[in-house]
This record gives sequence, structure tokens and C-alpha cells, in this order.
Amino acid sequence: MILKDRLEGSPERRDAFTTESGIPVKRLYTPLDLEQTDYVSDIGFPGDFPYTRGVYPTMYRGRLWTTRMYAGFGTPEDTNQRFRYLLEGGMRGLSMAFDLPTQLGYDSDDPIAAGSVGRVGVAVDSLDDMETIFHGIPLDQVSTSMTINAPATVLLAMYIAVAEKQGVPPEKLAGTTQNDILKEFIARGTYIFPPAPSMKLAMDVVEYCFKNLPKWNTMSITGYHIREAGADAVQELAFTLANAIAYIEAAKSRGLDVDDFASRLSYSLGCHRDLFEEVAKFRASRRLFAKIMKERFAAKDAKSYLFRTFSGSCGSTLVAQQPLNNTVRITLHALMSILGGHQAIHTASWDEGHALPSEEASRLSLRTQQILANESGLCNTIDPLAGSYYVESLTSEIARRAASCLQEIDKQGGMLKAIESGYVAGEIQRSSLRLQQAIETGEKVIVGVNEYVEDEEEDQEEYLQIDQKIDAEQSEKLATIKAGRDSSAVAKALNALEKAIDRDQNLMPPTIDAVKSYATVGEICGVMRNKWGEFRDTSFS
Amino acid sequence: MKQKKTRILVSKLGLDGHDRGAKLVAHSLRQAGLDVIYLGIRHTIPEVVDLAIREEVDYLGLSFLSGDHMTLVPKVITEIRERHAGDIGIIVGGIILKSQVPELEAMGVQQVFLPGTPLSDIETYIKENSLTQPA
Repeated sequence: MILKDRLEGSPERRDAFTTESGIPVKRLYTPLDLEQTDYVSDIGFPGDFPYTRGVYPTMYRGRLWTTRMYAGFGTPEDTNQRFRYLLEGGMRGLSMAFDLPTQLGYDSDDPIAAGSVGRVGVAVDSLDDMETIFHGIPLDQVSTSMTINAPATVLLAMYIAVAEKQGVPPEKLAGTTQNDILKEFIARGTYIFPPAPSMKLAMDVVEYCFKNLPKWNTMSITGYHIREAGADAVQELAFTLANAIAYIEAAKSRGLDVDDFASRLSYSLGCHRDLFEEVAKFRASRRLFAKIMKERFAAKDAKSYLFRTFSGSCGSTLVAQQPLNNTVRITLHALMSILGGHQAIHTASWDEGHALPSEEASRLSLRTQQILANESGLCNTIDPLAGSYYVESLTSEIARRAASCLQEIDKQGGMLKAIESGYVAGEIQRSSLRLQQAIETGEKVIVGVNEYVEDEEEDQEEYLQIDQKIDAEQSEKLATIKAGRDSSAVAKALNALEKAIDRDQNLMPPTIDAVKSYATVGEICGVMRNKWGEFRDTSFS
Repeated sequence: MKQKKTRILVSKLGLDGHDRGAKLVAHSLRQAGLDVIYLGIRHTIPEVVDLAIREEVDYLGLSFLSGDHMTLVPKVITEIRERHAGDIGIIVGGIILKSQVPELEAMGVQQVFLPGTPLSDIETYIKENSLTQPA
């Protein structure tokens, strides 16, 4: 009563406060908010079920996260140079971006590739390009994360073939293929084949790696793009887990035991604007996943319970106006990632509201992580926000909301059905619109966009611009490769691939043979296009 | 006399799949009473121009987020001119540098919307510049 009287004389800035995703936030959190949360069964200890506090017992006290900067652009030579530069600067893991023609299974000389060669990532046409990218980089000493999905079999085959030429056996290869095709259908748009053969290819990678590349993370099941397409934090988490469930079911139906492959799946989530919501999302994700693995899939190996994650700055939170302000936003992304306990962290660069990152901006972003890791005291203890009445309460709330979204998907017959029916796309569109409206009305303030705007901003001069000549250069190189290879060996390898498709065999072995003959990404995907056709999205009109 | 609603075709060209912005624009213009055809991702220039002509649109709205606009826009303009459809207004938005705007305008783009543009600005622009009146 006394408190109420006092509050009446203290009006607040808004009638209601919510998180970025619209979850109501109270004025104050107290021990009463944790009455539904049981410490042992919901929070627990790091390295112990349900892993809310972290997947490993010592977390950053044992080993810091991998600083994984997403890089790769232009020609294979450019990317090789950037990779070496980043490795010399102390980076431990490579993260590879491919250009759109490569991601969609077209060669650089295909007319549809015009204007896209080397733009959002590196152009890879044949094994020769992959050899150039990793020239002077021993593949048994780095781990490489490849953002590749629809043609993942082809790019992984090339990586294996480059390693072989370096004398590195497959069992020593460490890294990740994103290989998460479902989120392409719901968010990222980089699909080629219809859902069923797409799932087959994804599973071919899982199965092949289980047998031959024991250190390889076969899938990075990604919420990041779902968030970037407009989903809120709860939907990002729920749809990511729903995709994971669909893959695990598919792998089980191939006769794999859940404990044989679950530990080779990794996950990625985005870092958005709301620090506490994001940290709560990361903590909730581990709890919810561990419970799914235990209760739904009856996994026995503790490694199967671990929701190992890579976090990335959401590019959509970066702003083109007053671009240096993005360094502050990126520092917050790094902070929420560290407080969220990720195994690898990507931070964007301040110039990404306009262009691909310049070398200098990319270095600043790497240094941001290193400053937080070494100077701030953030890594001295595990999960330092645990026990906060607010963060624990929000963690439980996000877990509860995501679980109910998963129930809805189950009710619809699973994620494939929910994607096909347009339910998932509709949900994402709804959230995307809600956030945009909040920005338009000024309810959500974005500095430099709808408040604190400065007039007459000029472009910074140092934005990275990709040389327009790259299309022609890459096409010429491709012509040279095609002229110099044994064309009968190529034809034979492509024919063998076609036969393997007809027999519904695992396509990794014939794909490895094909890339070794210098068959191109476009040729290999062409064989699959002929067999399976292409997918066309008609869910939104 | 009842006038025709302003009609706009919103699409993406080439291989870029970032459709969040295009969908938001399409949705908001539809809410604002315009006749919007949303074509979605991965279309070729002839496909899009063909549909624009067949559907007699007033505007063709193109969204670019992967740095391919300086290559693709001139091709769109050429295709439009070759097909004598120069009355279709070309509107472009996405990750575009301010310094590229004059060049795009010189090519024949009617209006460029840079990152951070409120949807209401796009609505207002189209309403104010339309010969036909939105319903």
C-alpha cells in the first residue's frame, strides 16, 4: 500500500514495457518470480543437465570461445589473402561465405550469375578454386565453418579433396557445414531442389561424416536467418528446435542412432538488440534442447544433450545512418554472446549497413571480442547473470513460450508440414511487421533512424567495393580449367553421380570423385537439377 | 468516373533471397490501398518486365541487398525501353550507397529508397507521384 502511494507520485515513461519480442516486462523482479523455477531441474550446473548455465563444466575459465569471423569474398585469391590475414591476427577458426551462384549451384559463367559473382562471398566453380582458397593453410590445423546448404555435398567434397592433396586424412578435418536446408525454405531463400531431395542431401552429409569425418560438425542448425527474416526471439528458438527435431527424425529413419550423430550437430542463433532477452534466449535454448533430447529422443549419451552454439550479430540491427555507431551495437552483440555462453562468436563490422566489411572494420570487430575476453573480467566466472530475478524469470518465460510454439508445430504434423502450409512464413511475417511498425511509430527508437537523425550524411569513402571485373575474370579462369581437364573423366564421374541418384545411394562418394575430376559446381548440381527439378516458393503472394 | 488503383509490381531479381524488406514494402503498400503484385525472389529480368507489361503496372519496385544493383538495374532499363514500356516507373530500394543514387537516377530510375527509409515515405511518394488515384 505504501509502495502504491509512492508510485502514484512517480509516473513512468511508458504505460507498458516489453522486450524486443513483445514479452511484458515488470517494473521489478523479486524472488517471487522464481517460484515456478526449480534450481536443480531447470537451472542446474554448467556441464550438467539441463545445461542452462552452459554446456561445459568450466566454460570460459577452461577455454575461451572461438572467434569466428565470417569472411570470404571476391575471387579465391582475395579470400585466401583474407584468411591468412585473419589467421595471423590470432583467429582460430575460419568461416567461409560463398557467393550466391555457388550457393545456388551455378558456375560463374552462367548468365543468371551476372552481377552476383564474388559479391556476398567467394566464387567457387571447381576444385581449383578451393585449392587456391586454402593455399598455404594446412587443413589439419584450422577448423572451417562453411555457410553452404543446398550444394553442401559438393563443397564438402571439395574440402575433403583439397585435404587429400595436402596429405591430410578426412578423420583429421574439423569444421562445420551449415547444411541446414529447412531454414532456407522458411527464411533464407537459398534452396535449389524440392524439400524431399534436399533433405536427402542433408542426410547424406550427416551419414557420410558419421562414418568418415568424426570431427566434422555435419549441420549448423541456424536460427540466425530465421531471426533476420523477421521472427522474434521466441519464434527463432522454436523454429530452430523444430528444424532440429525434423533432422533428427530423418537421421533416425536412416537407421542412425540418435547418440551416433546428435553430438555432431551444432546450432547458431542471432544476437539482436535486447540484451537480457537474448541472454535469456541462449540460456533457455540449452535447457529446452536438453529436455527434448532426453524426453523426446531418449538420447543416452550426455554429449547428445549439448546445444553447442555459434552466435552472430544480426546484420539487420546494424544501421546505415551514422555507421560508426554500429561499433557500440556490435560490442553489445559480443557482450550478450559472452553472457550467453556460446562456443563460437561472430561479430559483424560497423560498415555492414552499407557493404561487405573492409579489412579495417573487420579487424576492429575481432579486437572487440578480444577486448571483452581479456580486459573486462567477463570470463572469470560462469554464467554471471544466473540468479538475476529478471534473467531467470525471462529464461523460463522464453522456454515456456517456445515449448508451446513447438506443440503447435507438432499439432500441425511437424515442421515440414508447417513449412509447406505457410504457417511458419506467416508467423515470421507477422513479427516482422510488428517490429517495423514499432519503428515507424517511434515506439521503438533506433538511433540515427527514427531519432537523433543527422542531415546530409555523406558516404564513408572506405566501403569495400567488389571489382566489377570479377565476373569476367572468374569465367576466364573457369574456361581454362575446363580446357585443361580430362573431359571423359568428368563425363564418367557425372554419369556415376546420376546412377547413384537413381539407386538412392549416398551421394558423397560419387560427388568426391566428380570434384576430383574438376567437374564444376554447376555441372554437379545440374545433374541433380535434371533428376529432381527445382523448388519454386509460392507461399507469399 | 471510377479511376484505376495505382498498381505496383514488387520483385527481386537475380539470386538474392533477402526478401524481408520487399515483403514489408509489398504489405504496407497493399494496406495503403494500392494494387500490389508481389512476385518474390529469384526472377530474371525478362520475366519481371514481361509481367509488369502484361499487368499494366504503374511502378516496378525492385529490392537489392547483395550489391548486384549496379549490374542489374541498367539491364532492367534497357529491357523496359526495348519493349516500349518506358511509362513504368522504376523504384529501387535496399542496401544502396548514397553516392550511387545519382548514377541510378541517370540510368532512368525514378526513385531510390536507401536503408532506414520508413515505409510511410514510400507510400507517400507513390501516392503523390501517381497519375492514377489510389482508391
